[in-house]
Amino acid sequence: MSLITIDKASMGYEGKTIVRDLSLKINEGDYVCIVGENGSGKTTLMKCLLGLIQPLSGIVSYGDGLKQNEIGYLPQQTIFQKDFPASVDEVVMSGCLNKKNTLFYSREQKKTALENMEKTGILSIRKKCFRELSGGQKQRVLLSRALCATHKLLILDEPVTGLDPIATLDMYALIKNLNKSGITIIMVSHDITAAVNNASKILHLSKNDYFYGTAHQYLHSEIGKKFMITDCPCDVCQHEHSGGGVQQ
Amino acid sequence: MIEMICEMFSYNFIIRALIVGILVSLCAALLGVTLVLKRYSMIGDGLSHVGFGALAIAASLNLAPLQVAIPVIVVAAFLLLRLSENSKINGDAAIAIISSTALAIGVVFVSVSGVNTDLNSYLFGSILATTNADAVMCGILALVVILIFVMFYNKIFAVTFDESFSRATGLKTGLYNTVIALLTALTIVIGMRIMGTLLISALIIFPALSSMRICKRFSTVIICSGVLSVCCFFVGMCVSYSMNTPTGASVVIINAIVFLIFWAVSILNGKIKRK
Repeated sequence: MSLITIDKASMGYEGKTIVRDLSLKINEGDYVCIVGENGSGKTTLMKCLLGLIQPLSGIVSYGDGLKQNEIGYLPQQTIFQKDFPASVDEVVMSGCLNKKNTLFYSREQKKTALENMEKTGILSIRKKCFRELSGGQKQRVLLSRALCATHKLLILDEPVTGLDPIATLDMYALIKNLNKSGITIIMVSHDITAAVNNASKILHLSKNDYFYGTAHQYLHSEIGKKFMITDCPCDVCQHEHSGGGVQQ
Repeated sequence: MIEMICEMFSYNFIIRALIVGILVSLCAALLGVTLVLKRYSMIGDGLSHVGFGALAIAASLNLAPLQVAIPVIVVAAFLLLRLSENSKINGDAAIAIISSTALAIGVVFVSVSGVNTDLNSYLFGSILATTNADAVMCGILALVVILIFVMFYNKIFAVTFDESFSRATGLKTGLYNTVIALLTALTIVIGMRIMGTLLISALIIFPALSSMRICKRFSTVIICSGVLSVCCFFVGMCVSYSMNTPTGASVVIINAIVFLIFWAVSILNGKIKRK
Protein backbone atom coordinates (compact mmCIF):
# COMPACT_ATOMS: atom_id res chain seq x y z
CA MET A 1 0.00 0.00 0.00
CA SER A 2 1.29 3.47 -0.80
CA LEU A 3 1.74 6.33 1.65
CA ILE A 4 -0.58 8.72 -0.16
CA THR A 5 -3.19 7.81 -2.74
CA ILE A 6 -4.97 10.45 -4.76
CA ASP A 7 -7.82 9.12 -6.86
CA LYS A 8 -9.57 11.30 -9.46
CA ALA A 9 -9.44 14.24 -7.10
CA SER A 10 -10.41 17.81 -7.95
CA MET A 11 -9.29 20.57 -5.63
CA GLY A 12 -9.97 24.26 -5.28
CA TYR A 13 -11.77 26.92 -3.28
CA GLU A 14 -15.44 27.86 -3.08
CA GLY A 15 -16.46 25.98 -6.17
CA LYS A 16 -13.54 27.23 -8.25
CA THR A 17 -11.66 24.14 -9.37
CA ILE A 18 -7.93 24.61 -9.70
CA VAL A 19 -6.62 21.04 -9.92
CA ARG A 20 -8.75 18.71 -12.01
CA ASP A 21 -9.00 14.95 -12.03
CA LEU A 22 -5.65 14.13 -10.45
CA SER A 23 -4.72 10.51 -9.75
CA LEU A 24 -1.39 9.39 -8.35
CA LYS A 25 0.32 7.31 -5.72
CA ILE A 26 3.22 8.33 -3.53
CA ASN A 27 5.17 5.45 -2.00
CA GLU A 28 7.27 5.29 1.10
CA GLY A 29 10.78 6.60 0.45
CA ASP A 30 9.82 8.63 -2.62
CA TYR A 31 11.23 12.10 -3.25
CA VAL A 32 8.51 13.89 -5.18
CA CYS A 33 8.92 17.35 -6.61
CA ILE A 34 5.81 19.32 -7.53
CA VAL A 35 6.54 21.88 -10.23
CA GLY A 36 4.41 24.07 -12.49
CA GLU A 37 3.58 27.65 -13.37
CA ASN A 38 2.06 30.10 -10.90
CA GLY A 39 -1.61 29.38 -10.42
CA SER A 40 -1.36 25.79 -11.59
CA GLY A 41 -2.45 24.53 -8.18
CA LYS A 42 0.78 23.54 -6.43
CA THR A 43 -0.21 25.22 -3.19
CA THR A 44 -3.79 23.98 -3.42
CA LEU A 45 -2.58 20.40 -3.82
CA MET A 46 -0.20 20.83 -0.89
CA LYS A 47 -2.96 22.16 1.37
CA CYS A 48 -5.04 19.18 0.38
CA LEU A 49 -2.23 16.77 1.26
CA LEU A 50 -1.86 18.49 4.62
CA GLY A 51 -5.57 18.16 5.26
CA LEU A 52 -6.06 21.94 5.47
CA ILE A 53 -8.70 21.79 2.73
CA GLN A 54 -10.84 18.91 1.54
CA PRO A 55 -10.87 17.83 -2.12
CA LEU A 56 -13.95 19.02 -4.02
CA SER A 57 -14.39 15.52 -5.41
CA GLY A 58 -12.43 12.28 -5.51
CA ILE A 59 -10.31 10.85 -2.73
CA VAL A 60 -7.08 11.83 -1.02
CA SER A 61 -6.13 9.12 1.45
CA TYR A 62 -3.20 8.18 3.64
CA GLY A 63 -1.91 4.61 3.79
CA ASP A 64 0.80 2.64 5.58
CA GLY A 65 -0.49 3.77 8.95
CA LEU A 66 0.21 7.44 8.23
CA LYS A 67 -1.95 9.74 10.31
CA GLN A 68 -2.74 13.36 9.62
CA ASN A 69 -0.78 14.53 12.65
CA GLU A 70 2.31 12.65 11.54
CA ILE A 71 3.17 14.92 8.65
CA GLY A 72 6.08 17.33 8.94
CA TYR A 73 5.56 20.61 7.14
CA LEU A 74 8.00 23.34 6.19
CA PRO A 75 5.87 26.36 5.26
CA GLN A 76 7.16 29.51 3.64
CA GLN A 77 8.31 32.05 6.18
CA THR A 78 5.80 34.73 7.04
CA ILE A 79 6.58 38.40 7.59
CA PHE A 80 5.44 37.98 11.20
CA GLN A 81 8.47 35.83 11.90
CA LYS A 82 10.90 38.56 10.90
CA ASP A 83 10.89 40.25 14.29
CA PHE A 84 9.57 37.37 16.37
CA PRO A 85 11.34 37.07 19.72
CA ALA A 86 11.91 33.34 20.16
CA SER A 87 14.98 31.20 20.63
CA VAL A 88 15.89 28.39 18.25
CA ASP A 89 15.04 25.65 20.76
CA GLU A 90 11.64 27.19 21.48
CA VAL A 91 10.83 27.10 17.78
CA VAL A 92 12.08 23.55 17.26
CA MET A 93 10.27 22.25 20.35
CA SER A 94 6.96 23.58 19.05
CA GLY A 95 7.13 20.87 16.38
CA CYS A 96 6.66 18.21 19.06
CA LEU A 97 3.18 19.41 20.01
CA ASN A 98 1.32 17.05 17.69
CA LYS A 99 2.52 13.94 19.50
CA LYS A 100 1.28 13.93 23.05
CA ASN A 101 -1.15 16.25 24.67
CA THR A 102 0.77 17.14 27.78
CA LEU A 103 1.01 20.57 29.36
CA PHE A 104 4.77 20.72 29.30
CA TYR A 105 7.38 19.13 27.06
CA SER A 106 8.50 15.68 28.20
CA ARG A 107 12.11 14.59 28.43
CA GLU A 108 11.51 12.37 25.42
CA GLN A 109 10.30 15.32 23.34
CA LYS A 110 13.31 17.38 24.38
CA LYS A 111 15.56 14.54 23.27
CA THR A 112 13.83 14.36 19.88
CA ALA A 113 14.31 18.09 19.43
CA LEU A 114 18.02 17.85 20.25
CA GLU A 115 18.47 14.95 17.83
CA ASN A 116 16.78 16.83 15.04
CA MET A 117 18.80 19.96 15.69
CA GLU A 118 21.91 17.82 15.39
CA LYS A 119 20.69 16.32 12.10
CA THR A 120 20.26 19.75 10.55
CA GLY A 121 23.46 21.12 12.06
CA ILE A 122 21.99 23.85 14.26
CA LEU A 123 22.85 22.39 17.66
CA SER A 124 25.51 25.04 18.25
CA ILE A 125 23.09 27.94 17.72
CA ARG A 126 20.16 26.53 19.69
CA LYS A 127 20.20 29.31 22.31
CA LYS A 128 20.27 32.07 19.73
CA CYS A 129 17.37 34.30 18.81
CA PHE A 130 15.48 33.19 15.71
CA ARG A 131 15.18 36.69 14.23
CA GLU A 132 18.96 37.20 14.28
CA LEU A 133 19.78 34.16 12.13
CA SER A 134 20.64 34.12 8.44
CA GLY A 135 18.10 32.92 5.90
CA GLY A 136 19.73 29.51 5.56
CA GLN A 137 19.91 29.01 9.33
CA LYS A 138 16.25 29.98 9.69
CA GLN A 139 15.24 27.36 7.15
CA ARG A 140 17.25 24.73 9.02
CA VAL A 141 15.50 25.66 12.24
CA LEU A 142 12.09 25.33 10.59
CA LEU A 143 13.19 22.04 9.03
CA SER A 144 14.19 20.73 12.48
CA ARG A 145 10.77 21.71 13.76
CA ALA A 146 9.14 19.83 10.88
CA LEU A 147 11.27 16.77 11.68
CA CYS A 148 10.03 16.86 15.28
CA ALA A 149 6.52 16.45 13.92
CA THR A 150 7.28 13.41 11.77
CA HIS A 151 9.56 10.52 11.02
CA LYS A 152 7.67 9.49 7.89
CA LEU A 153 6.67 12.31 5.58
CA LEU A 154 7.95 15.85 5.03
CA ILE A 155 6.09 18.38 2.90
CA LEU A 156 8.27 21.33 1.91
CA ASP A 157 6.93 24.53 0.41
CA GLU A 158 9.64 26.14 -1.75
CA PRO A 159 12.37 25.54 0.84
CA VAL A 160 15.10 27.47 -0.97
CA THR A 161 13.25 30.72 -1.64
CA GLY A 162 15.46 33.66 -0.76
CA LEU A 163 18.56 31.59 0.01
CA ASP A 164 21.96 32.33 -1.49
CA PRO A 165 23.49 29.71 -3.85
CA ILE A 166 25.61 28.02 -1.18
CA ALA A 167 22.78 27.86 1.36
CA THR A 168 20.57 26.50 -1.44
CA LEU A 169 22.98 23.66 -2.21
CA ASP A 170 23.33 22.88 1.51
CA MET A 171 19.56 22.76 1.85
CA TYR A 172 19.18 20.38 -1.09
CA ALA A 173 21.94 18.14 0.28
CA LEU A 174 20.25 18.09 3.67
CA ILE A 175 16.89 17.15 2.17
CA LYS A 176 18.52 14.43 0.07
CA ASN A 177 20.12 12.98 3.22
CA LEU A 178 16.81 12.98 5.05
CA ASN A 179 15.29 11.14 2.11
CA LYS A 180 18.07 8.56 2.22
CA SER A 181 17.39 8.02 5.92
CA GLY A 182 13.92 6.86 4.94
CA ILE A 183 11.73 9.95 5.11
CA THR A 184 9.38 10.48 2.21
CA ILE A 185 9.75 13.97 0.73
CA ILE A 186 7.17 16.02 -1.12
CA MET A 187 8.57 19.37 -2.24
CA VAL A 188 6.91 22.23 -4.04
CA SER A 189 9.54 24.03 -6.07
CA HIS A 190 10.16 26.55 -8.83
CA ASP A 191 13.67 25.28 -9.39
CA ILE A 192 13.06 22.67 -12.10
CA THR A 193 16.72 21.89 -12.72
CA ALA A 194 17.34 21.08 -9.06
CA ALA A 195 14.08 19.13 -8.96
CA VAL A 196 15.19 16.88 -11.81
CA ASN A 197 18.64 16.43 -10.29
CA ASN A 198 17.40 15.55 -6.81
CA ALA A 199 13.93 14.10 -6.95
CA SER A 200 13.00 10.56 -7.84
CA LYS A 201 9.60 11.59 -9.17
CA ILE A 202 8.25 14.75 -10.72
CA LEU A 203 4.68 15.97 -10.66
CA HIS A 204 4.22 18.78 -13.17
CA LEU A 205 0.91 20.59 -12.86
CA SER A 206 -0.36 22.82 -15.62
CA LYS A 207 -3.71 24.41 -16.30
CA ASN A 208 -5.64 21.41 -17.61
CA ASP A 209 -3.14 18.63 -17.56
CA TYR A 210 -0.48 17.06 -15.42
CA PHE A 211 2.56 14.84 -15.70
CA TYR A 212 3.59 12.35 -13.04
CA GLY A 213 6.57 10.06 -13.44
CA THR A 214 10.23 9.59 -12.68
CA ALA A 215 12.69 12.39 -13.26
CA HIS A 216 14.06 10.50 -16.25
CA GLN A 217 10.64 10.07 -17.83
CA TYR A 218 9.97 13.75 -17.23
CA LEU A 219 13.03 14.81 -19.18
CA HIS A 220 11.76 12.93 -22.18
CA SER A 221 8.13 14.02 -21.95
CA GLU A 222 6.64 16.79 -24.05
CA ILE A 223 5.89 18.94 -21.04
CA GLY A 224 9.31 18.36 -19.54
CA LYS A 225 11.22 19.25 -22.69
CA LYS A 226 9.32 22.49 -22.93
CA PHE A 227 10.28 23.43 -19.37
CA MET A 228 13.88 22.31 -19.20
CA ILE A 229 15.99 25.07 -20.61
CA THR A 230 19.22 23.13 -20.50
CA ASP A 231 19.69 20.21 -22.89
CA CYS A 232 19.30 16.75 -21.52
CA PRO A 233 22.75 15.19 -21.11
CA CYS A 234 21.62 11.60 -21.71
CA ASP A 235 22.85 9.55 -24.67
CA VAL A 236 19.57 9.48 -26.61
CA CYS A 237 19.11 13.22 -26.59
CA GLN A 238 22.77 13.99 -27.25
CA HIS A 239 22.65 11.61 -30.20
CA GLU A 240 19.63 13.33 -31.69
CA HIS A 241 21.43 16.63 -31.24
CA SER A 242 24.66 15.69 -32.91
CA GLY A 243 22.69 13.83 -35.60
CA GLY A 244 20.96 17.09 -36.51
CA GLY A 245 24.31 18.84 -36.58
CA VAL A 246 25.82 16.41 -39.11
CA GLN A 247 22.98 16.82 -41.57
CA GLN A 248 23.67 20.53 -41.79
CA MET B 1 7.90 58.73 49.30
CA ILE B 2 7.03 55.84 51.63
CA GLU B 3 4.80 58.14 53.61
CA MET B 4 2.94 59.04 50.46
CA ILE B 5 2.40 55.40 49.54
CA CYS B 6 1.14 54.68 53.06
CA GLU B 7 -1.23 57.61 52.77
CA MET B 8 -2.44 56.27 49.41
CA PHE B 9 -3.22 52.91 50.93
CA SER B 10 -5.39 54.44 53.58
CA TYR B 11 -8.07 55.11 50.96
CA ASN B 12 -10.29 52.14 50.25
CA PHE B 13 -11.17 53.17 46.71
CA ILE B 14 -7.51 53.52 45.80
CA ILE B 15 -6.69 50.03 47.05
CA ARG B 16 -9.61 48.67 45.06
CA ALA B 17 -8.51 50.51 41.92
CA LEU B 18 -4.94 49.38 42.46
CA ILE B 19 -5.94 45.71 42.72
CA VAL B 20 -8.18 45.87 39.66
CA GLY B 21 -5.61 47.87 37.72
CA ILE B 22 -2.71 45.54 38.50
CA LEU B 23 -4.72 42.45 37.58
CA VAL B 24 -5.97 44.05 34.36
CA SER B 25 -2.49 45.18 33.37
CA LEU B 26 -1.14 41.70 34.01
CA CYS B 27 -3.82 40.09 31.81
CA ALA B 28 -3.45 42.75 29.14
CA ALA B 29 0.30 42.28 29.02
CA LEU B 30 0.08 38.49 28.65
CA LEU B 31 -2.56 38.70 25.92
CA GLY B 32 -0.78 41.67 24.38
CA VAL B 33 2.31 39.64 23.47
CA THR B 34 0.32 37.30 21.23
CA LEU B 35 -1.87 40.08 19.86
CA VAL B 36 1.10 42.27 18.92
CA LEU B 37 3.03 39.39 17.36
CA LYS B 38 0.01 38.27 15.37
CA ARG B 39 -0.48 41.86 14.14
CA TYR B 40 -3.78 42.15 15.94
CA SER B 41 -2.83 45.15 18.11
CA MET B 42 -5.58 47.31 16.64
CA ILE B 43 -8.24 44.84 17.73
CA GLY B 44 -7.78 46.02 21.31
CA ASP B 45 -8.33 49.59 20.22
CA GLY B 46 -11.41 48.67 18.18
CA LEU B 47 -12.90 46.67 21.04
CA SER B 48 -12.50 49.46 23.56
CA HIS B 49 -14.38 51.87 21.28
CA VAL B 50 -17.16 49.36 20.88
CA GLY B 51 -17.12 49.08 24.67
CA PHE B 52 -17.58 52.82 24.99
CA GLY B 53 -20.63 52.67 22.73
CA ALA B 54 -22.09 49.86 24.80
CA LEU B 55 -21.44 51.63 28.11
CA ALA B 56 -22.99 54.84 26.87
CA ILE B 57 -26.11 53.04 25.68
CA ALA B 58 -26.35 51.15 28.96
CA ALA B 59 -26.04 54.34 30.97
CA SER B 60 -28.66 56.21 28.98
CA LEU B 61 -31.13 53.30 29.21
CA ASN B 62 -30.37 52.86 32.91
CA LEU B 63 -29.08 49.33 32.51
CA ALA B 64 -26.21 47.74 34.39
CA PRO B 65 -23.09 48.74 32.43
CA LEU B 66 -21.12 45.49 32.54
CA GLN B 67 -24.07 43.26 31.70
CA VAL B 68 -24.54 45.19 28.46
CA ALA B 69 -20.92 45.81 27.61
CA ILE B 70 -19.61 42.25 28.06
CA PRO B 71 -21.84 40.49 25.51
CA VAL B 72 -21.50 43.35 23.01
CA ILE B 73 -17.69 43.34 23.19
CA VAL B 74 -17.47 39.57 23.02
CA VAL B 75 -19.56 39.58 19.82
CA ALA B 76 -17.42 42.43 18.46
CA ALA B 77 -14.25 40.48 19.24
CA PHE B 78 -15.41 37.52 17.15
CA LEU B 79 -16.42 39.85 14.32
CA LEU B 80 -13.10 41.71 14.31
CA LEU B 81 -11.14 38.46 14.38
CA ARG B 82 -13.10 37.15 11.39
CA LEU B 83 -12.56 40.42 9.53
CA SER B 84 -8.81 40.28 10.12
CA GLU B 85 -8.61 36.69 8.91
CA ASN B 86 -10.72 37.35 5.85
CA SER B 87 -8.33 38.66 3.26
CA LYS B 88 -11.11 39.98 1.02
CA ILE B 89 -11.82 42.85 3.40
CA ASN B 90 -9.01 45.10 4.48
CA GLY B 91 -8.71 44.26 8.18
CA ASP B 92 -7.37 47.51 9.63
CA ALA B 93 -9.77 49.64 7.60
CA ALA B 94 -12.65 47.54 8.89
CA ILE B 95 -11.48 48.03 12.48
CA ALA B 96 -11.22 51.78 11.95
CA ILE B 97 -14.77 51.93 10.60
CA ILE B 98 -16.23 49.87 13.43
CA SER B 99 -14.42 51.74 16.19
CA SER B 100 -15.31 55.23 14.96
CA THR B 101 -18.93 54.22 14.37
CA ALA B 102 -19.22 52.79 17.87
CA LEU B 103 -17.63 55.89 19.36
CA ALA B 104 -20.05 58.14 17.44
CA ILE B 105 -23.08 56.11 18.53
CA GLY B 106 -21.91 56.34 22.14
CA VAL B 107 -21.42 60.11 22.02
CA VAL B 108 -24.84 60.64 20.40
CA PHE B 109 -26.56 58.45 23.03
CA VAL B 110 -24.88 60.28 25.89
CA SER B 111 -25.83 63.72 24.60
CA VAL B 112 -29.41 62.87 23.47
CA SER B 113 -30.42 61.10 26.67
CA GLY B 114 -28.93 63.92 28.68
CA VAL B 115 -27.62 61.53 31.27
CA ASN B 116 -25.50 63.41 33.70
CA THR B 117 -22.58 61.07 33.31
CA ASP B 118 -19.24 62.58 32.81
CA LEU B 119 -18.21 61.74 29.26
CA ASN B 120 -14.64 62.36 30.28
CA SER B 121 -14.62 59.53 32.78
CA TYR B 122 -15.66 57.07 30.06
CA LEU B 123 -13.14 58.31 27.55
CA PHE B 124 -10.16 58.77 29.83
CA GLY B 125 -11.02 56.58 32.77
CA SER B 126 -11.64 57.17 36.43
CA ILE B 127 -10.47 55.25 39.46
CA LEU B 128 -13.70 56.10 41.24
CA ALA B 129 -15.61 53.95 38.78
CA THR B 130 -14.52 50.58 40.19
CA THR B 131 -16.93 48.87 42.53
CA ASN B 132 -16.44 45.86 44.78
CA ALA B 133 -18.18 43.71 42.16
CA ASP B 134 -15.64 44.89 39.59
CA ALA B 135 -12.80 43.89 41.86
CA VAL B 136 -14.21 40.39 42.37
CA MET B 137 -14.81 39.94 38.67
CA CYS B 138 -11.36 41.18 37.90
CA GLY B 139 -9.82 38.67 40.26
CA ILE B 140 -11.68 35.83 38.58
CA LEU B 141 -10.73 37.05 35.13
CA ALA B 142 -7.07 37.42 36.02
CA LEU B 143 -7.05 33.91 37.44
CA VAL B 144 -8.65 32.53 34.26
CA VAL B 145 -6.23 34.36 31.95
CA ILE B 146 -3.15 33.30 33.88
CA LEU B 147 -4.36 29.71 34.20
CA ILE B 148 -5.12 29.44 30.49
CA PHE B 149 -1.80 31.01 29.64
CA VAL B 150 0.19 28.58 31.75
CA MET B 151 -1.83 25.55 30.66
CA PHE B 152 -1.68 26.27 26.96
CA TYR B 153 1.61 28.16 26.92
CA ASN B 154 3.29 25.86 24.39
CA LYS B 155 0.28 25.81 22.11
CA ILE B 156 -0.17 29.55 22.29
CA PHE B 157 3.47 29.91 21.29
CA ALA B 158 3.02 27.53 18.34
CA VAL B 159 -0.14 29.24 17.11
CA THR B 160 1.41 32.69 17.48
CA PHE B 161 4.65 31.79 15.78
CA ASP B 162 3.26 29.91 12.81
CA GLU B 163 -0.43 29.35 12.37
CA SER B 164 -0.23 27.35 9.15
CA PHE B 165 2.31 24.91 10.58
CA SER B 166 0.25 24.44 13.72
CA ARG B 167 -2.91 23.80 11.74
CA ALA B 168 -1.13 21.40 9.39
CA THR B 169 0.18 19.37 12.31
CA GLY B 170 -3.24 19.09 13.86
CA LEU B 171 -3.55 21.89 16.43
CA LYS B 172 -6.97 23.50 16.71
CA THR B 173 -5.79 26.99 15.83
CA GLY B 174 -9.33 28.36 15.49
CA LEU B 175 -10.06 27.38 19.08
CA TYR B 176 -6.98 29.11 20.45
CA ASN B 177 -7.65 32.26 18.44
CA THR B 178 -11.19 32.35 19.78
CA VAL B 179 -10.04 31.89 23.36
CA ILE B 180 -7.53 34.72 22.98
CA ALA B 181 -10.17 37.01 21.46
CA LEU B 182 -12.60 36.19 24.26
CA LEU B 183 -10.09 36.90 27.01
CA THR B 184 -9.01 40.11 25.30
CA ALA B 185 -12.62 41.26 25.17
CA LEU B 186 -13.12 40.59 28.90
CA THR B 187 -9.85 42.27 29.86
CA ILE B 188 -10.82 45.36 27.93
CA VAL B 189 -14.32 45.61 29.41
CA ILE B 190 -12.95 45.55 32.93
CA GLY B 191 -9.89 47.70 32.32
CA MET B 192 -11.83 50.30 30.37
CA ARG B 193 -13.39 51.84 33.48
CA ILE B 194 -10.06 52.71 35.06
CA MET B 195 -7.96 53.39 31.98
CA GLY B 196 -10.63 54.88 29.76
CA THR B 197 -11.75 53.89 26.29
CA LEU B 198 -9.06 55.81 24.50
CA LEU B 199 -6.17 54.58 26.61
CA ILE B 200 -6.84 50.91 27.45
CA SER B 201 -5.20 49.60 24.27
CA ALA B 202 -1.90 51.06 25.49
CA LEU B 203 -1.88 48.43 28.27
CA ILE B 204 -2.03 45.73 25.61
CA ILE B 205 0.56 47.11 23.24
CA PHE B 206 3.25 48.89 25.30
CA PRO B 207 4.54 46.16 27.65
CA ALA B 208 4.77 43.64 24.80
CA LEU B 209 6.60 46.06 22.52
CA SER B 210 8.99 47.19 25.26
CA SER B 211 10.02 43.68 26.24
CA MET B 212 10.34 42.62 22.59
CA ARG B 213 13.09 45.24 22.25
CA ILE B 214 15.49 43.41 24.53
CA CYS B 215 14.24 39.87 25.18
CA LYS B 216 15.32 37.08 22.87
CA ARG B 217 13.13 34.24 24.08
CA PHE B 218 9.35 34.03 23.94
CA SER B 219 9.18 32.94 27.58
CA THR B 220 11.22 35.91 28.78
CA VAL B 221 9.15 38.29 26.65
CA ILE B 222 5.99 37.04 28.38
CA ILE B 223 7.44 37.30 31.89
CA CYS B 224 9.12 40.62 31.23
CA SER B 225 5.98 42.23 29.83
CA GLY B 226 3.89 40.98 32.74
CA VAL B 227 6.33 42.44 35.28
CA LEU B 228 6.73 45.70 33.32
CA SER B 229 3.02 46.18 33.00
CA VAL B 230 2.36 45.73 36.72
CA CYS B 231 5.27 48.02 37.68
CA CYS B 232 4.21 50.71 35.22
CA PHE B 233 0.68 50.64 36.55
CA PHE B 234 1.84 50.98 40.14
CA VAL B 235 4.24 53.82 39.35
CA GLY B 236 1.60 55.52 37.20
CA MET B 237 -0.89 55.32 40.02
CA CYS B 238 1.59 56.84 42.48
CA VAL B 239 2.42 59.65 40.06
CA SER B 240 -1.25 60.29 39.50
CA TYR B 241 -1.86 60.46 43.27
CA SER B 242 1.05 62.71 44.13
CA MET B 243 0.78 65.08 41.17
CA ASN B 244 -2.98 64.98 40.90
CA THR B 245 -2.98 63.84 37.29
CA PRO B 246 -5.54 61.51 35.62
CA THR B 247 -4.71 57.87 36.42
CA GLY B 248 -5.12 56.33 32.97
CA ALA B 249 -3.04 58.98 31.24
CA SER B 250 -0.29 58.79 33.86
CA VAL B 251 -0.02 55.02 33.46
CA VAL B 252 0.21 55.34 29.69
CA ILE B 253 2.92 57.99 29.93
CA ILE B 254 4.98 55.81 32.29
CA ASN B 255 4.57 52.94 29.81
CA ALA B 256 5.71 55.18 26.97
CA ILE B 257 8.80 56.30 28.91
CA VAL B 258 9.69 52.68 29.67
CA PHE B 259 9.28 51.83 26.00
CA LEU B 260 11.65 54.64 24.99
CA ILE B 261 14.24 53.47 27.53
CA PHE B 262 14.04 49.87 26.31
CA TRP B 263 14.27 51.02 22.74
CA ALA B 264 17.38 53.07 23.47
CA VAL B 265 18.92 50.09 25.28
CA SER B 266 18.27 47.83 22.30
CA ILE B 267 19.88 50.32 19.92
CA LEU B 268 22.92 50.68 22.19
CA ASN B 269 23.14 46.90 22.51
CA GLY B 270 23.14 46.55 18.74
CA LYS B 271 25.89 49.14 18.39
CA ILE B 272 28.08 47.46 21.00
CA LYS B 273 27.63 44.11 19.28
CA ARG B 274 28.60 45.50 15.89
CA LYS B 275 31.81 46.90 17.33
